[in-house]
Amino acid sequence: MAWFRKDRRPRTSQRERLEIPADVWDKCEACGQVAPKDKFTRALGVCAECGHHRRVEAAEYLNILADEGTWVALDGKLKSVDALGFEHYKDRLAASLKKASSSDAVFTGTARLDGMPVHLAVMDFRFMGGSMGSVVGEKIARLAQRSVDKRVPLIIVSASGGARMQEGVLSLMQLAKTSVVIAQLREHGIPFISICTNPTTGGTTASYAMQGDVILAEPGAVIGFAGPRVIKQTIGQDLPEGFQTAEFLLEHGMVDAVVARGLLRATCAQILRLLRGAPAREGEMAPTGAAPEDGT
Amino acid sequence: MASYALEFEKPIAELERQIDELKRLATDRELDVQREIAPLAEKLALLRSEIYRNLTPYQRVQVARHPRRPYTLDYLHGVFSDFVELHGDRLFRDDPAIVGGLARLDGQSVVVIGQQKGRDTKDNLRRNFGMPHPEGYRKALRLMKMAERFGLPVVTLIDTPGAFPGLGAEERGQAEAIARNIEEMAVLRTPIVAVIIGEGGSGGALAIAVGDRVLMFENSVYSVISPEGCAAILWRDASLRERAAESLKLTAPDLIGLGVVDEIIPEPAGGAHADPEAAALALGPVLKRHLAELVRVRPEKLVRRRAEKYLRMGKFEEA
Ligand SMILES: [Zn+2]
Repeated sequence: MAWFRKDRRPRTSQRERLEIPADVWDKCEACGQVAPKDKFTRALGVCAECGHHRRVEAAEYLNILADEGTWVALDGKLKSVDALGFEHYKDRLAASLKKASSSDAVFTGTARLDGMPVHLAVMDFRFMGGSMGSVVGEKIARLAQRSVDKRVPLIIVSASGGARMQEGVLSLMQLAKTSVVIAQLREHGIPFISICTNPTTGGTTASYAMQGDVILAEPGAVIGFAGPRVIKQTIGQDLPEGFQTAEFLLEHGMVDAVVARGLLRATCAQILRLLRGAPAREGEMAPTGAAPEDGT
Repeated sequence: MASYALEFEKPIAELERQIDELKRLATDRELDVQREIAPLAEKLALLRSEIYRNLTPYQRVQVARHPRRPYTLDYLHGVFSDFVELHGDRLFRDDPAIVGGLARLDGQSVVVIGQQKGRDTKDNLRRNFGMPHPEGYRKALRLMKMAERFGLPVVTLIDTPGAFPGLGAEERGQAEAIARNIEEMAVLRTPIVAVIIGEGGSGGALAIAVGDRVLMFENSVYSVISPEGCAAILWRDASLRERAAESLKLTAPDLIGLGVVDEIIPEPAGGAHADPEAAALALGPVLKRHLAELVRVRPEKLVRRRAEKYLRMGKFEEA
């Protein structure tokens, strides 16, 4: 998996670099805790001091969820086109292609999770804010269809600002397109776990991110339909503390559990085994590991 | 009427005023002004069709939002008969931003659901400017599931700036409500005809607009984001909404071209607001034709075709 490791360069500013040698130390955005960069990396981008979940590269979720060496990418050649002649869209696509690890805002493939075959989609927020256009819709639809055909569980890790404006109403139609296949998954009783990371908003939330049999969320992730700025503008007042966070959604019954990044794989494995009625694995974590009361 | 004239409608309003003036003069003084009026009326008709033939995308947005434009309840009374409104989602409350119920279309029982804007400030406060909360979408779904149980076709009328972005809406799962409707509509085992009658505002519109047929009134618009919102995000300047409206390809002819909409329903000269009755008369036969075709199709086939249709949507390359 060396293809994404090389991208893990320090991203601190020039000013900070004077205070902290960038390639050795890193600082938590939430609590200011300074720790060796390596420590953050080993903790999957989670601050040891305050538990803040930093945004990590999309490819990191392969490490987090997939068994080593089992990932096989699918549909990597799908590319967005500028169907509307929308100004600067081509340039933005080209710029995103340079810095992202996939051909668009999601990569899809097959893998094993704790030994079980799964179909995995991970959205890439660095690719135009993880926006859902025709390619994202098509890749998700194909992967979900493959899950129906092969009876393999589907896991989607969302990180998205919503539909891709530059594709106009075609991007909106991707909500319907993906929903068509998710509906078939449900009909055929194939498990679908949706994992919402920071942020999951707009059209993505208003489609597959909220359609999982089980919906998990990373601690602190902002999840909602409208973005906080739009809501603030509409109601003309500040939003309550913690509004639209994963914990807020849990309290209001919109997600099943808030799960720390380090526990995602074990939690998914456990859920998939339980859904299939398969026996527990030796050493499998206790179910309470996923509960918010346990300090996620 | 004139007080509601949009900027580009002002020449029309001015001519209308002149004609009215002449007519009043004629009545007051018992004159025959037919000879003076006839050319003016002709000129008016010409001007109207000229102006409306050349509307810019943003002007269409303005027409779609026109305060005199017919709304869902106007069509419910103009096109359907026997309407019984059914209220509430059975979970939280009744959302007046969405109306729905049973009705008859030329003898055929149907379930009709649509977003409802208000006619004045007071009405709009109650209707929330046609921006539904989750409970509105859940009411819509409840009625659609009922239609499925009783084998009735569903007609939806879409006219919303969008789903409401507010505290309560988010708390009660706006995204979940929309996502659920879209999924359920994708596999609903009864015909669905969706008609964009005014504003088709993004996910808040799609939540009742997944259908076997999607129709659009000539001057209605359907978009992933409002031109104002798009301009604010892209150029940090909402006043560039005209440029955004051009870019978004949100008019009915655009959407036919993109394969998202099946048919355009022509509006009377000067837009649906110039003659709401004529607009209702235009909708009725088109709806009947589509429903007549769809009710003959077996539910399995209907659902399969609907799925195939949506799976084709989108444009991309595969290298
Ligand atoms: Zn911290």
